[in-house]
Order: sequence, then C-alpha cells, then structure tokens
Amino acid sequence: MSRRRNRHSVLASRARIAVVVLLGILASVLFRAQVLRATDWLLQSERNRLRPLTVPAPRGIIRDRDGRVLADNIPGYSISIVPDQPDSMFSTLRRLREHLELPAGRLETLSRQIRAGGPRPLLVTGDAPFDAVAALEERRSGFPRLLIEPRPKRRYPAGQLGAHVIGYVGEINEAELARPEFEDAEPGWIVGRSGVESHYESLLRGRAGTRYVEVDAAGRIVGSFGGVEGVAVDPGEDIDLNLDLELMEWIHHVFPAGMNGAVVALDVETGGVLALYSAPAFDPNVFAGVVDADEWSRLVANPESPLYHRAVMGTYPPGSPWKLVTAMIALDLGVVTPDEHMPVPCRGAYVYGNRVARCWDAEGHGSLDLPGAIQHSCNVYFYQLGLRIGLARTLGVGNRMGFGNQCGIDLPQEAGGIFPESVDFWERRFGYRAREGEVLNLAIGQGPNDQTPLKMAQFLLAIARDGSAPAPTLYSEAVPAEGWRLDIRPEHLREIRDGMRRVMLPGGTAHLSSLEHFDLLGKTGTVEHGGEGLEHSWFTGIAGPFGGPPEVALVAMVEFAGSGSSVAAPLVAKAADFYLRGKHGIPRDTIQTLREHLVAGRDAAWANRRDPR
Amino acid sequence: MTGARTVWLRQLPFTATVLVLSLFGVAMIYSAGVLEVPSPVTQGLWLRQAVILAAAVVGLLILSRIPLRWFEWFAMPVYIVGVAVLAITLVAGTGAGTAEGVNSFLSIAGFRFQPAEAAKVTTALALALLLARREEPPRYLRDLLTPALLVAVPLVLVLLQPDLGTALAFVGMFFAIIYWARTPWPLILFAASPGLGLLLAFSARVWSVYIIVLAIALYLYRFRLYLVESVSVILGNVAAGAVAQPLWNSLAQYQRNRLLVFLDPSLDPRNAGWQLIQSKVAVGSGGLMGKGFTAGTQKRLAFLPEQHTDFIFSVVGEELGFVGTAVTLLLFCHLFLRMIRMAETASTPFAGLFIFGIMGVWLTHVFVNVGMTIGVVPITGIPLPFISYGGSFLLMSWMAAAIAVALASEDS
Repeated sequence: MSRRRNRHSVLASRARIAVVVLLGILASVLFRAQVLRATDWLLQSERNRLRPLTVPAPRGIIRDRDGRVLADNIPGYSISIVPDQPDSMFSTLRRLREHLELPAGRLETLSRQIRAGGPRPLLVTGDAPFDAVAALEERRSGFPRLLIEPRPKRRYPAGQLGAHVIGYVGEINEAELARPEFEDAEPGWIVGRSGVESHYESLLRGRAGTRYVEVDAAGRIVGSFGGVEGVAVDPGEDIDLNLDLELMEWIHHVFPAGMNGAVVALDVETGGVLALYSAPAFDPNVFAGVVDADEWSRLVANPESPLYHRAVMGTYPPGSPWKLVTAMIALDLGVVTPDEHMPVPCRGAYVYGNRVARCWDAEGHGSLDLPGAIQHSCNVYFYQLGLRIGLARTLGVGNRMGFGNQCGIDLPQEAGGIFPESVDFWERRFGYRAREGEVLNLAIGQGPNDQTPLKMAQFLLAIARDGSAPAPTLYSEAVPAEGWRLDIRPEHLREIRDGMRRVMLPGGTAHLSSLEHFDLLGKTGTVEHGGEGLEHSWFTGIAGPFGGPPEVALVAMVEFAGSGSSVAAPLVAKAADFYLRGKHGIPRDTIQTLREHLVAGRDAAWANRRDPR
Repeated sequence: MTGARTVWLRQLPFTATVLVLSLFGVAMIYSAGVLEVPSPVTQGLWLRQAVILAAAVVGLLILSRIPLRWFEWFAMPVYIVGVAVLAITLVAGTGAGTAEGVNSFLSIAGFRFQPAEAAKVTTALALALLLARREEPPRYLRDLLTPALLVAVPLVLVLLQPDLGTALAFVGMFFAIIYWARTPWPLILFAASPGLGLLLAFSARVWSVYIIVLAIALYLYRFRLYLVESVSVILGNVAAGAVAQPLWNSLAQYQRNRLLVFLDPSLDPRNAGWQLIQSKVAVGSGGLMGKGFTAGTQKRLAFLPEQHTDFIFSVVGEELGFVGTAVTLLLFCHLFLRMIRMAETASTPFAGLFIFGIMGVWLTHVFVNVGMTIGVVPITGIPLPFISYGGSFLLMSWMAAAIAVALASEDS
C-alpha cells in the first residue's frame, strides 16, 4: 500500500507538472494576445465592426450681388446599399425597384459598380422621392442593408434665369472620376456640370466628411458610432456673384417673346458681369437629382437649342458695331484724328480697284468726320479708314484685343471669337493670298469675323473706360484675367462716345430708344447672316448719368429679329434704364424709351431738349 | 462508509470548483445570448443550462453515495450498454444545434442526448477496472492491447459520427489511465507512435527521419520488448504513414480546411479561417480587463461563431479580458491538481485510475478547446467542460465528478 502510494506520488508530481505546463502554455499565449498585443487586436475588432460612410458636404450657396439666392440646398434623401456579396446586392436592387423607379441607364451603371465592388456603400439614388423613402422605411426589416440618409439636394430658385450662367449639377461620371482633381471623389458624388457650378467646383464642393456606423457580421448597420472620430464635413464656400438677378428678371421680361438671343451687361468700373442672359433657356432644377433620360434628350433635340449659352458660346458676325472697333484701332495707331474727313465723300459706294463697295445708304452720306461716320454708320468712311490702317495692322491690333480668343470670363464653356490671326489665314482657309481689299469687309464687321455677345461687351468696356478692357468676371472675388489696353487719348475717346451719342439723338438710328434720365450711347447693327429669315439684330451701348462717366456696358443680340434699332436697341435701353434707375435711386417705370413715352402719350419733350451738338 | 451522507463535503475543494465553473458557464451562456440582433434560440439557453445544472447537482448528491463495489460490479455491463447505444446512435442519430453536421444525438421520449458523453464515463470506468485488476503494471506492449481495444471500440464509433473532438477525449483518457497504471513511459511513447507517424506522414522526408529515430529507440529498448512487438510498432507506423494520404482524402473539405487554416488562417479568411481569425480577434481585443460582461462586440455583432458552445472561451476572453481567462485557467488548474491529489490518495487502484482518467478527459477538452480559440490547436468541435452550453456534456461531467467523489471518499 505505502509502496504503491510512493510510486504514485512520483507519477502525480509529473502529472502536476504536465497540467501546469499545458495550462501555462495556454496562459502565456493568452497573455501575449490579451496584454502584449491587445491594441492590435482591438484595432482589428474595430475594423471588423465599423464602416466608414461618406457624409457629403453641402455645396456652397450662390448668390447675386444683392444676396439673392441663385443656388442653394434643400433636404433630400439618398438611398444606398451596404456592400455585400454581389448576388445579394442584385437581389436587394431588384426588390428596391418595386418601390423606386430607376431609369434603365442607371441600372446598368449600378450593375457595373456592384461587379466592381468596393468598401463604400453603393449609391442607388441621390434624390429619392419622399413617398419611396416612406415606403422603404416602413419595410426596414425587409431591407437590412439599405442605407437611407439625408442628403442635400441642389435647388435653383431663379429657375431658367440662371440656367446658363449658374449651370447645374449632376452625378460624377466615370471619366471625371479618373481625373486628378476628383481624386478623393466617389461614384454618386454631385459635381458642377456647367456654368458657375462647374467653374467654381473646387470652391463650392467643400470636403466630404466620414462617419462610422457599427455593422454586424452580416453587414447590417446596427447603429451609428461615436467612438471613432470621423472626418468632419467641410462645407463648400458660398459664392457671391456680380450678377444682378433683378436685372436678369427684367431682361427676361422685356426680351422679345419667342425669339432667341443674348443680352450682356457689364459693370464698367470692375468688368463685373451684371447680366448674362441667353434665350431660350431651361429649368436647371430638372438636373438637381437623377436626370430623366427623356427630359435630357428632349432638351438636346430641341431645335431652339435651349442648352446653348448664346451669350458666351454663340459667335455671330458683328456687323456695324464693329465700326467702333475699326475706329478704336485707327485711333490707337494714330492714323486718324476724330475731326479728320476721309478723302472720298460718301456717294453711296466706294470704288476700290475693280470692285465697287457699297454703302448701306445708296443716297450717300457726303463727307463725314469720325463721330459723323459712327452716327451714320457710313461704310464708305470706314472702307477708307480700313485701308488707311491696312490689313496686317487691323489683324495685329484686333488680335491684341483678343478678338480671335476668349475674354477669359470665369465660365467653363466660353467660345473664342473667330478672327484671322494673320494674313496667312486666307491662304489656309480659302486657298488664296489675302489682298489688301480684304480690309474693306473687315472694317465694316464683315468677312471672316464672328464674335460672341460677351466679347463685344468686353470691347465696349474699353470705350467706356480709358481704352482698357479687363476680362469680365462673375465671381465678385475673382481676380480678372489679364485684359488688354489700347493707347487712345481721352479726348479721342470722347469723340467716339460722341458719335455713339449722336446715334441716339434726333436723326440717329436709335433715337427712339433714347432715355429720359440717362445718357445712353450706342451703335446698332443689322447683320445679314447668309441664311433665311430676318437679319440678326445687334445693339452695343454704354450708359450712365448725364455728365458722368459711363457705368454700364451692354450688348444685345437677337437672332433673326430684323434691324438693330427696332429690336436690340430698345432691349439695351430698357435694361440700362432699369439698372441705372435702381443704382441711382430713381423709381423704376415700365415706360422707359422715347418710343414708349410717345406711344403712352407721356411728355417726351426731354428728347428734343438735347443739344445735338 | 462513515459520513456517506456528506461525501461531497469531504471533497469540497473539488465539488466547489466544479460548481463555480458551472455557474460561471451559465453566466457566460447568458452573455453569449446577448446579441445586437437577438436570436430567440440563443437567448434562453442559459436557463436550460441552469435547469440541467440543478438536475446535475441532484444527480451528484445521489450518485456520490453509491458504494465503490457497485461501480466495480457495474463497470463492464454499463460499458457494453454504452457501446451499444453508441452503435444505435450511428444508425438513428441526428444532428442538433451547432453540431448540426454530426449525428451525435439520440432522441428518446422527447429527450435528446449525446450517448458519446455517457460513453466517456462508462469507458473510463471499464478501463479503470481492467487495469486495476492487474497485479503488476503493464510491462509489454501486449499488456496494453486489451485496454487499447476497450477504448478503440467507442472511439471508432464516435469517429464514425464523425466527432473528432470527442474521439480526442477518448485518446486523452486512454493515455491518462495507462500512465496512472504505471506503464513505463517508453511503452506509452511506442503506443502513441502510430498517431505521431500519421501526422508526420505529410512530409515524406520528416517521416523517414522519424521512422529511423523510432527504429533506433526500439533497438535501444530491445531487452524490454518482444521482437514481435518492436516489429508491430514499426509496422504500425508504416501503416499509419501509408493510410495518411487516403485518410486525408477521405476527410470532408471543411475538416481539411480546418487543418490547413490552422497553419495559415489567411488561406480561407471567409470560411474556415473566419472562425479562427474572429476568435483570435475577440480574445485579443479583450485586453487585460475585457470589454465588460455581455459587451463584447465580436460576439454582440455575430462575428464570433458558435459563441455559446465551442467558442464560449472567446466570449470570456473578449468580455472579461486576460483577468477572466487567467482566472478560468486557474480554476481548471486547481480542479486538475485536486483530481491528481484525489487519485493519489484514493484507497483503491480502481478509484485512482478512474479519477485520473476523467482528469485526462477534461484536460484534453480544456487544452484543445482553449487552444483552438487562440490558434494553438486546429479547430476541433470540442466543448469546454462545465462552461460550454450542452446538456449531455454538463450532466455527464457532473456524473463523472460524482463518481470521482464517491470513489475518492471510499475507505479501504
């Protein structure tokens, strides 16, 4: 008995050692995992259960010069699917369609994204209708992986008035995602598509934040999680424009109904864009959510091209207003003085070599000085002035003024003017060497020369200022792109303005568009375009209080509308009057031009009191 | 037979540890049911476990009063009944709960139980009796043949279910009992060698070296063995090496994956590796103090698989931290040392062999179960004694404890 017990005590001791060693191994591994490496494992358990969600930054608000809202955000809802096996995501998507209408193209994109995979939730729609959200919330348990989140939605209170200038937003596309400036973007992000929304995308967008939600092993979101610091949303910057929404509304009100064209108004002092109007337009609010493919194709297919921003993209032959350009070039080069008469007086035509170049008035204008030639828009005078400048110098100074280029306005889609960069142009374009006589056409705004209304408005700045023209800007804090400057003596500028003033006086083509309270100077244009229908109607003008410097430069261009004096001139006059009355505290009135005074039977004696010099 | 009424009191350090571990188990099963998306099944399990625990306590009070002689009389008959029921289970058994894929349950009159759990106790009784009857300790391998066959029958029946975890417990029991029967350690090693040979067969080079080492060992031990035994050992190892590949091929894919991911969890991170990775994350993220009772995120958010049965220790680790796991291991350590002491001081060889055998079973369970939750051992479906949810295992563990108490308290 004792012998056995002794022998067993050896066995028992060894057994004790074995037990302690085996459990010691476990304890030491546990110590290593739970004490020495606990932070690593804790991190991994956090990664297990926490999913980052992108919190979109609210886009900056766009306002006009008086703080009126042009683009802001309203509450909306986005619907996303938390990533899972592709099969179950497809099944969720299928069931989702019972409650949510999705265009076919959208489904294709989503299918592609599901197959591509990715850690972030898949955005199904950034703009879910409220009834769909309500229906889905009711069936929450049936859609465990659905993520319904508030998401600001873009709104354009100004509607189609801002359509072209403000632009609109849309969901980022795959090509954009590949670009470096959208490095941190994700599918489903809303980005500016055109206009200010696109040009100032980086300012307006802000920086998206990240927040964490807790998910279970099945990927269901069980709650939001505050323990891990997310990335705070950095809202987009608000942008105040130089634009005057009231003026835009007024222009829209007075623009001839059913016609297409553009009106531009620039602040003379700063070059700021007061109005940039293009007709017809569209309602940018239809782009705020998911774009309806039908709506889109309707807009694209519309023969009136409402998507086309005529003020900055439309290039038109400038016609008579270009005579101001010819005059400015001549003065800059010093080849003429304003009081100088051209050697050949106007008899209705000008003979150059074997060519007879006609004046628009077959009766002829006689011998004119520069202001007179501007007043009467005399072709014969400007033919001779053009010849005196010469073709090469016309092209040289014209290009220095940027007529072959864009103004550099802060918009993405500005078109450059069409203007020969040198005399080689004719050879390349038309296959013959340019002759000196080409300058005849160019001098009166014909020939290979198409300009945007905006470019013409920028040119007017030079007349209204001191020969310098900064690039027009929309954003009030924008640093304008380098403009250009002509070297013209102030008294010569006054002479040109005088010629433009005479256009508005009795006997001038736009006399009926003259204003009671303001000094409107201008130049009409009635431009043949080679197509069917009436001519394009141009008017370029500058206006300000009597005796003071010009404060606003305006251009109106109405397609197929007929003479400049009948359509474009009253348009500019009414816009200028509206703006300047507001600026100078004169009560606004719908009876503005001389013609309106006459038609309304108002006292129009002021029109005759003016000194015709 | 003095104080038979209170035998369990005389083994209070042992019974109290068993009770504390069981109550801790009920608490952890309660916590395992606290999920973010509650499941009606796992939520109420702690209550069922508590009811079974109450029955087990009553069972212990009764069983621990039975005299040692009775167990000696009944050891062989109940062993045979146990094997018979296991054989029936193979035919009529069903899977259940987290052991869905294993036909280990038998339903009788609405009660479902796992015969294998009872077979552990009956086999331990039979094996202890068989070896206790020997006058001398086993000296030759052939002395181990009958005991080995005694264990092999239920072991093979359990393997056929297929329940690898429980089979391992039989292996642990066998070696524990022959060790306590004072079998010389070289014999134990030779007996174990085919198993080792099976594992090493996966590399032909390692296996060749192993066979040479084994042959040298047999040569050095030649005076203590019959030639036929030495040859048998070599043949057994060669046979093990030969069947290794077919055996591997016969394993279910999930079983193979479990072994493979043990070597490299990233091989199959979504399926077989998932359990191991998530369990290690749960335990490790518990840190020193744990995330708090019921507050484990790995468990709460269902990352942890089988959190109330095989992976309950991961819940302990996650929620109670190193403090919790260390205390649990200390409790088990105390339990095992107590059992060694009980075996040492038992009045009869039968008592000592049985108690030590049961200790071997539980030690195997604890080492393999805890080891798999932290990646020390491949994942095997094996529960943690007293703590994992499971009525049969809890009840039978308590019955084994009761018998141990009864046997240890017997005066000679």
